[in-house]
Amino acid sequence: MKSLKNFHFFEDWMQRYEYMIELGKSLPLIDEEYKTDNHIIKGCQSKVWIHAALEKEQVNFTADSDAIITKGIIAILIRVFSNQRPKAILEANTEFIDKIGLKEHLSPTRANGLASMIKQIKMYAVAFQTQLN
Amino acid sequence: MIDVNKIRSDFPILSRKVNGQDLVYFDNAATSQTPTQVIDVIIDYYSRLNSNIHRGVHKLSQEATEAYEIARIKIQKHFNAAKPYEIILTSGTTEGINLIASGYSNLLKPKDELIISAMEHHSNIVPWQMLCEKTGAYLKVIPMTLEGTLNMKAFGELLNKKTKLVFINHVSNALGTVNPIVEIINKAHANDAYVLIDGAQACPHIKPDLQALDVDFYVTSAHKLCGPTGVGMLYGKAELLKLLPPYQGGGEMISTVTFEKTTYADLPHKFEAGTPNIAGVIAFGAALDYMNDIGFDSIAKYENELLNYATDSLQKIDGMKIYGEAHNKTAVISFNVGKIHPYDLGSILDQLGIAVRTGHHCAQPIMDFFEIPGTVRASFSFYNTFEEIDRFIAGVDKAAGMLQ
Repeated sequence: MKSLKNFHFFEDWMQRYEYMIELGKSLPLIDEEYKTDNHIIKGCQSKVWIHAALEKEQVNFTADSDAIITKGIIAILIRVFSNQRPKAILEANTEFIDKIGLKEHLSPTRANGLASMIKQIKMYAVAFQTQLN
Repeated sequence: MIDVNKIRSDFPILSRKVNGQDLVYFDNAATSQTPTQVIDVIIDYYSRLNSNIHRGVHKLSQEATEAYEIARIKIQKHFNAAKPYEIILTSGTTEGINLIASGYSNLLKPKDELIISAMEHHSNIVPWQMLCEKTGAYLKVIPMTLEGTLNMKAFGELLNKKTKLVFINHVSNALGTVNPIVEIINKAHANDAYVLIDGAQACPHIKPDLQALDVDFYVTSAHKLCGPTGVGMLYGKAELLKLLPPYQGGGEMISTVTFEKTTYADLPHKFEAGTPNIAGVIAFGAALDYMNDIGFDSIAKYENELLNYATDSLQKIDGMKIYGEAHNKTAVISFNVGKIHPYDLGSILDQLGIAVRTGHHCAQPIMDFFEIPGTVRASFSFYNTFEEIDRFIAGVDKAAGMLQ
């Protein structure tokens, strides 16, 4: 899994949020044609769409949200999970969320959104793993 | 006159820190905070009186029953109901609405009509939809204007001889609009329809006189007026409540039980099955005492000053759009800044120790009407200060700078 060590340097919440907002702008955006209810993640206060494609046995994620901070959160997840083999995504543990201090900055309602995003990413991996078997 | 420093010292939670900063609590429309005077009553109940009511011959049960029934009378007097037994103690506004909806499922006929408004909370939409599905009645909706007020001309046109019930909130939770309930009640009565008013958002700011209003049913929750959660009241005119069947079966609500037939208890016990939230009801009474000691005229005047100050200050922020611009509104401001998502703005404000509500406020039809995903809602109470509003305005400004 890729390093997210940048996050450790942010003592100040504002820097952390500003970094997340910047990350959100770098998010590989989902094609408009996939921005449908089928690709919406439930459990978020804002709208979140995630799509995945398998290329050379690796999963590529694209996503979008109508909220900027949420976009930053998905961007982090996609940095971690994109360009990985489905098996690696399935086996990945998600402790990094605690480690980079994301969870402590997310209220339970928002954390539910985060959990739903990870669940959706893993669901895609399950589907692609089945295809590969 | 409000002595806000003295009042604030009654609320222990107001001195806590959130994210390292002094809490600014502007989510009062979701729930109000609780003063020591009310907290102490709950502690006293469990320390001195705790027992089951209405049944025990022993001293504790008698004292607890007395305290519980005194609270009912306080609620009756506060709302100026004619009789104590017209006050049904519930778990809150939602239960009160469901109790009436359930009762009318036996009294409505197919093609009867019910009227609600376009600015209702989901809890005053869904039970009536369920009632319509059960009975074959139709649900009609009073449309809203762009200022966030009800189109009263349209209401007049919706009323007809088939209209049986009208359900309106006294104050909109998402917009703060105070609805013209006197006119609504009078027009509905002229058409022989009954009216239920959802007072959850009104009661923290307005002291309704139920007999003067001549309203048929009125519901509210204690936790919006400095009382505990999980307690509320349903007022109904005695002659109407008597027509409704019991809501839930159980202890307390019966007169005699045999396996052949059960006869039900009289009002209010017919609707109060099971052991109630005794401490909560007694604390509800204490909360009304607390607010009446301050005085609802003083509360309304002070909150209106807070509202005007906050509205004027917010409007200086670029891209500010306030939803709900009724002339007559409570201390609630629903807004968005430019294209910023309310969730983003609320998250930044939270980091600054400022509690607001974001989202659709359980009133999705209102958000659809304005074609927005939701709003940020700041709602003020008599224990809030002008300095807190300054911090909030600075917070919105800072967040807008970060997010735009």
